[in-house]
Amino acid sequence: MRNTRVTIAAVAAAAALTLAACSSDSSDTDTDAGGDADTTSEESEDTGGEGGGDTIRIGIKFDQPGLGYQEGSEYTGFDVDVATYVAESLGYTPDQIEWVSAPSAQRENLLQTGQVDMIFATYSITDDRDEVVDFAGPYYVAGQDLLVRADDDSITGPEDLNGKNLCSVTGSTSAERIKEDYAEDVQLVEQAGYADCVTVLESGQVDAVTTDDIILAGLAATPANQGKFKVVGNPFSEENYGIGIPEGSDQCEAINEAVTAMIDSGDWESFVSANTEGTGYTPNADLNPPTLRGC
Amino acid sequence: MNLFEQIGYLFSNYDVVGSFWVNIQLTFWAAIGAMILGTVLALMRVSPAPSLQWAGLTYVTLVRNTPLTIIITMGVLGVWGQLQITFADNFDLNFFIFACIGLAVYHAAFVCEALRSGVNTVPLGQAEAARAIGLPFLTAARLVIFPQAFRGAVAPLGNTLIALIKNSTVAAVGSVATETSSVMRTMIEFNGNMVVLIFMIFAVGYVILVVPVGVVTTTLSRKLAVAR
Repeated sequence: MRNTRVTIAAVAAAAALTLAACSSDSSDTDTDAGGDADTTSEESEDTGGEGGGDTIRIGIKFDQPGLGYQEGSEYTGFDVDVATYVAESLGYTPDQIEWVSAPSAQRENLLQTGQVDMIFATYSITDDRDEVVDFAGPYYVAGQDLLVRADDDSITGPEDLNGKNLCSVTGSTSAERIKEDYAEDVQLVEQAGYADCVTVLESGQVDAVTTDDIILAGLAATPANQGKFKVVGNPFSEENYGIGIPEGSDQCEAINEAVTAMIDSGDWESFVSANTEGTGYTPNADLNPPTLRGC
Repeated sequence: MNLFEQIGYLFSNYDVVGSFWVNIQLTFWAAIGAMILGTVLALMRVSPAPSLQWAGLTYVTLVRNTPLTIIITMGVLGVWGQLQITFADNFDLNFFIFACIGLAVYHAAFVCEALRSGVNTVPLGQAEAARAIGLPFLTAARLVIFPQAFRGAVAPLGNTLIALIKNSTVAAVGSVATETSSVMRTMIEFNGNMVVLIFMIFAVGYVILVVPVGVVTTTLSRKLAVAR
């Protein structure tokens, strides 16, 4: 009996200490974030963290080299660069950004439940998505394209894929689109991730990998793949990458201003080229830099 | 859109029923494969030859402790991608076969253990009597031990079958894109506005598939049990 009491007291003490540690942590962050001591974290969430609250949570892909990629504690890629730029315009320094993994199927969910403040994750603007979330941007217009082995000259576009093998990622319609619109006799392999597709492309079991051109360029630009693959450069769809924000957010205008400033200052162009270096990839010039669609 | 219009929209735009049919087919072929391989393994594990016992034990320990996702990924990336072994020229069929083999290989370990638990319900005296009248091991197993063992193992075999039905969704990582979890992921990606409904559809679908299997195996295990 006595032992039980001691244990309970110890657990209670430990819990109290943990709670105390948490609260002192959050007040530290508040003071770090510009001395606005009156702003509790809840309030800053309600106002969307305008002008230097504590942190901003941004959803990106963690597994897409060249766009959103986690290397240890570092995050690299085009989406990350753009997100950092936009966050800075909204008044957040890079160390106030909290990166959150946003896999394709969870993006709406993350925004609706308020787990992220915005999403930069190759997020194409579509009508269905527009119903439940808002979009700023687009900040990039990608097109579906093909990645082939660097020495393969037989594929110059989706029409050349008849009788060839093609790899794409489970749950994407990009491969189906090729089958329906361009090449009936193409054979499809669906893998869990694009890295797996690149593996079978390298071993020769498939002849091409398909998805948005900038994702392919990012894959080809990773150090391990340098010089092995090339993007065909004949895009055949139009994907407007938007910045996902919660429905009814008041930040849309501010984000669009930041994107416009980024494009005008030439930073946009340098972000693109830095993340696709060595692949010979250039964005589709007819559509890029993108025209913002307004809020 | 009201709820019924949403359901109508989802069913007309995505082949939900067809995706369940693919999983049923995967389960059917994998169950047959797992049953055959599992029986052979169980025979090996209860056989008098130590080398066979060891081989069976090694298989069960290795396969049972490897995640199914890894086995199926290994099939596609390793056996097909690197070793370049292909079962059919048609990719859809090829990866379907790979998925069936992966599922069968994995569940054979569980079938083997279920059967071995069935063998343990057969009194030792039965085996001794069978050997005493001069039956060799295989004949004794075929005529005396395994018929009783199967009847004692109906319930655990049913559980293995239920696990197999649900695990057939792992075929998604083996490039079987027409099965339920792949279709569900596609639906969620393009209709994130109906995510709760999509989950409900597939949850209900699996309940409809799995509950009868449980009921049937429970009834069978009662009816077939050897009264001792």
